[in-house]
Amino acid sequence: MAGPSDVDVDLSVAYVDATVPAADYLVALPVIAPLIMGAFLLMLRRQPHIQPMVAGITLAAVFLGNIVLALRVAESGPVFMAMGRWLPPFGISFNGDALGVFMALTSSLVALVCVVYSARSIDGDGRRYGFYPFLLLLTAGVSGAFLTADIFNLYVWFEVLLISSFGLIVLGNSHEQLDGAVKYAFLNLIATTLFLIGVGYTYGLFGTLNMADLTLRIAESPDAPTGTLMMIFVFAFAMKAAAFPLNFWLPASYHTPNIVTSAIFAALLTKVGIYALLRLGGMLFPAAFGTFQDVLLWVAILTSLLGAAGALASSDIRKMLGFLVLSGIGAMFVGIAVASPDGVHGAVLYAVHSILVMAALYLAAGVIGRMTGSFDLRSVGGLYRASPFFAAMFLILVFAISGLPPFSGFWPKVLLVRAAMTAGEAWLTAAYLLSSFIAMIAIGRVWLFAFWRNGQQEGSEVAIQPLSLADQRAFLTPIAVLVVVIVGIGIIADPAVYMAGIAAAGLFDPSAYITAISPVAP
Amino acid sequence: METVLAVLIGIYFAASIYLMLSRHIIRLLLGAALLSNAVNLLIFTAGRLVHEVPPVVPYGLYAPEAITANPLPQALVLTAIVIAFSIFAFLLVLAMRAYQVLGTDDTDHMRIAEPIETPRPPQGY
Repeated sequence: MAGPSDVDVDLSVAYVDATVPAADYLVALPVIAPLIMGAFLLMLRRQPHIQPMVAGITLAAVFLGNIVLALRVAESGPVFMAMGRWLPPFGISFNGDALGVFMALTSSLVALVCVVYSARSIDGDGRRYGFYPFLLLLTAGVSGAFLTADIFNLYVWFEVLLISSFGLIVLGNSHEQLDGAVKYAFLNLIATTLFLIGVGYTYGLFGTLNMADLTLRIAESPDAPTGTLMMIFVFAFAMKAAAFPLNFWLPASYHTPNIVTSAIFAALLTKVGIYALLRLGGMLFPAAFGTFQDVLLWVAILTSLLGAAGALASSDIRKMLGFLVLSGIGAMFVGIAVASPDGVHGAVLYAVHSILVMAALYLAAGVIGRMTGSFDLRSVGGLYRASPFFAAMFLILVFAISGLPPFSGFWPKVLLVRAAMTAGEAWLTAAYLLSSFIAMIAIGRVWLFAFWRNGQQEGSEVAIQPLSLADQRAFLTPIAVLVVVIVGIGIIADPAVYMAGIAAAGLFDPSAYITAISPVAP
Repeated sequence: METVLAVLIGIYFAASIYLMLSRHIIRLLLGAALLSNAVNLLIFTAGRLVHEVPPVVPYGLYAPEAITANPLPQALVLTAIVIAFSIFAFLLVLAMRAYQVLGTDDTDHMRIAEPIETPRPPQGY
């Protein structure tokens, strides 16, 4: 740590009087807007019917803002904003680079789609007990984690999204939910506490919390005990991302809450762990992170295989999807373990693909449950006859999650397999391909039983409750939007692949991330 | 003073990990509370422990004259205390509700979300 004696600059110039350009507020909008509107929604407790509208408009605005932000980042590099007029490394600042903005953009789309879906599936009780405020707070936490430029601030956003996810997971108060919530809450609390320990040590070692500043200082001090630090961070984020052997809270809890909540959790929460691992491991501590490659290799192999095997063994569709989330986490760890630019490129693209597809699959599972009255593979069926349109969409999702062309899962799979082969990790490649093959059988079986088969396992006909026209609009439109995006990424892959590419390149060469703060730095 | 606190923090961590290895939710709760206190003390100690020296830079200088405690870790701890406190309050209520509803605080018997005998998926079409 730099002692007080060798300071020879006037640090008071770090206080700026200049106004922040209005355009730069864009990088804080995904955080500020949901926070304010979430607080506003708390006051609308007694008007449950307008809550979805307010939440939807807020998230639509956030989504549009994120599109503009993404275009700006793609064109001219990271967007930086200092809060409270203190320049980095002193003030808390936001720094949206390609990785953060791309993830924030995708998650705001999913959150928006889930709000549309929830308008008819969250009843008055759920609204009065705060589904929408929690959802907006969760979105703020997720966006904040993706966009912040401060490592302690990252911890705070982790806690924000953790607390709002606690609120969401117990909403409804069923016995199952309480049981799942206990496991979810304790394990996630331990993970964030570990992260806090790491943050404390990081500050103790390097005397700064700003991520750009940290990147420079860590590179300057090769003798610092960064291996120990990285151990704590890897443990904390692997737990957050539900990687083997720290994954057991996820299949224990994700099937219990309302299906919209499950969709949001499956899409967003584990990816925040992946993001933090990429940011801290890939950008801040690349040297120390390199020593963990062998461990992460096994984590990737075991997570992807365990997820696929669990999916194959589950009869409850929601539980099966929980295991599919795990196998997706394994796929992202393949890219992280290889840690070549190609591998990280694939991992980022896979994270984005997984956010979209997992949300769509959970929402579709909700429709299956609503129409057949069951989530059990033994007693669903006949949906193809009831709604060929829905069946076609689900089939697309099956292909997408299995990584078949021409859907969004194909491109990250190509990149990941290529990266693993180039790195000479034959076993990793084999395990990944095997896992995605098993996952394809598991999810393909859902389509076979729920859509293609007419009767139940015992042969009796399934009594299907057809969706009313309003229900179709409310439930199938959000899924259709996600399916369109998934097909779009598959066919016109260039924008997404390019964005993920500059995101990965930004981690390996953080100079743009660092210089983004320098025009205002002393 | 730092050494004494370091030992104390070690004891806190050991006790909290021991408690959290238990199957009973109430011990898990106590372990979680101890863990957050251990972390808070850890960060607090990392920011130097200095008696009665205000961390104020005198006029005309760029750095304080004497060694002072770093105020930033203390601010971090303050944030962390608030967060840990609110989460602990939530966990307390959650644990109580779970105990009321599930009738046990033994995690081995909390199997409603994951029953031991889960049905197998259909074996054939």
